[in-house]
Amino acid sequence: MDISIILDNSSVYLEGLKNTILLVSVSLFIGLMFAVPLAILRNSDNPFYQMPVRAFIYFFRGTPLLVQMFLVYYGFGQFDFIKESFLWPLFKEAYFCALLAFTLNTCAYTTEIFRGAIKATPHGEIEAAMASGMSRALMLRRIILPSAFRRALPAYSNEIIFMLHGSSLASVITIIDITGAARIINSRYYSPYEAFLTAALLYMSLTFILVFLIKRLENRWFAHLQPQSESRPVIEAPP
Amino acid sequence: MRRALLVAVVVMLVALAGNVQANDWKKIRIGVEGAYPPFSYVEPNGELAGFDIDIAKALGEAMGAEVTLVAQDWDGIIPALLAKKYDAIIASMSITEERKKKVAFTNKYYKTPAKFICKKGLMTEFSKENMKGKVVGAQRATIHDRYLTDNYGNDVEIKRYGTQDEAYLDLTAGRVDMLIADSVALSDGFLKKPEGSDYQFIGPDLTDSKWFGDGAGIAVRKEDTALVDKLNQAIETIRSNGTYKAIQDKYFDFNVYGE
Repeated sequence: MDISIILDNSSVYLEGLKNTILLVSVSLFIGLMFAVPLAILRNSDNPFYQMPVRAFIYFFRGTPLLVQMFLVYYGFGQFDFIKESFLWPLFKEAYFCALLAFTLNTCAYTTEIFRGAIKATPHGEIEAAMASGMSRALMLRRIILPSAFRRALPAYSNEIIFMLHGSSLASVITIIDITGAARIINSRYYSPYEAFLTAALLYMSLTFILVFLIKRLENRWFAHLQPQSESRPVIEAPP
Repeated sequence: MRRALLVAVVVMLVALAGNVQANDWKKIRIGVEGAYPPFSYVEPNGELAGFDIDIAKALGEAMGAEVTLVAQDWDGIIPALLAKKYDAIIASMSITEERKKKVAFTNKYYKTPAKFICKKGLMTEFSKENMKGKVVGAQRATIHDRYLTDNYGNDVEIKRYGTQDEAYLDLTAGRVDMLIADSVALSDGFLKKPEGSDYQFIGPDLTDSKWFGDGAGIAVRKEDTALVDKLNQAIETIRSNGTYKAIQDKYFDFNVYGE
């Protein structure tokens, strides 16, 4: 165990940490933005809206993230019409390819999570909203989505953590993320233990931070389900 | 009956103990790469082939040993040797000081220079100045990666690949401007193929032994000194009995052993 290898190369890991955080947060954010409307469409009775979303989810949940990334990175690079189009400057960048694959992948899973959460809205809530004369849009905004977000949070927090860990695949297409940094150090010093242990610790710290933030969000969103401190029964010890 | 069983068990234990004590290298597992044509690649039918593979088999024959080939990705090839997944590496591995800290090497079994390639017309003249801002690819954990990092790290953007084949894909896709690798691997594995027709060698032969070592050798664990001797003898044998020449002529039209 030689920690000096890691300390001497902390800048490589720092760069990796930056890239991992950026890749994961941007893809999660864009994925989430698209997932909410897609989940609403997915719950629609109109097959014209519903089927394309189903097909999208089916493809991205049905194939491994690594294969999707290879398709975008090496696959698209094979076609001349893509290489000559205005899109090539984007697809040329490994970073963009990883971001695209990650975003589409997380979007598909998140859509499915929200679909379930929306579907599980208690019927009484909808009936009450209708009875008080809310329009469909208002009902969605005030009743269905807020309650669906609450139900989706535990499942979505898993998706966030899976995405963080899945992002280690980016190192396969030349991106220096945390895993990529570890692979560089490993290959330079032939010390896989030190190199990958450092990567593991970095991922673990990120996961802890995420779990902490989600916990705080849960406490906020589920405040109405917490026992009230004033009404907590006090049991006094007998004298 | 019971007695016979007891005898059988004792005989087996003795046999096992004997086996552990004296490893006479009658069976040897060799780690190879499989993604570095023409030295090592996978045939369409899934079998390993190439110069390294043929050399591995020939050495096994010369040693009178049964050889099992184990395909292993390059950047884990030394750790896997140390973890005893196999006993020797025959994968065009250059003998360098860095690697000698972790493994022992036999004498070289071939030596060829390293070189850069680029698209025809990328630059009129090879110089560090002209390379500024270019994207240069190399296989991760190779001597070429090391040389590039040490000498051009501040001037070019370096992309590192798990296999040489992936680097070729990105060169033809236009994601990298230049590649650095072994000259023979580049010429036979890429330039002579249809997809490599637009590309050319650029710059001098790179042979500085500080980075490029003393040719490609066979790596074994440091404690297996007997195996190093046996392999060195086997290299001598195939060099002198014509087997080496036959294998060389199958792949190359020049002397790959070096002087």
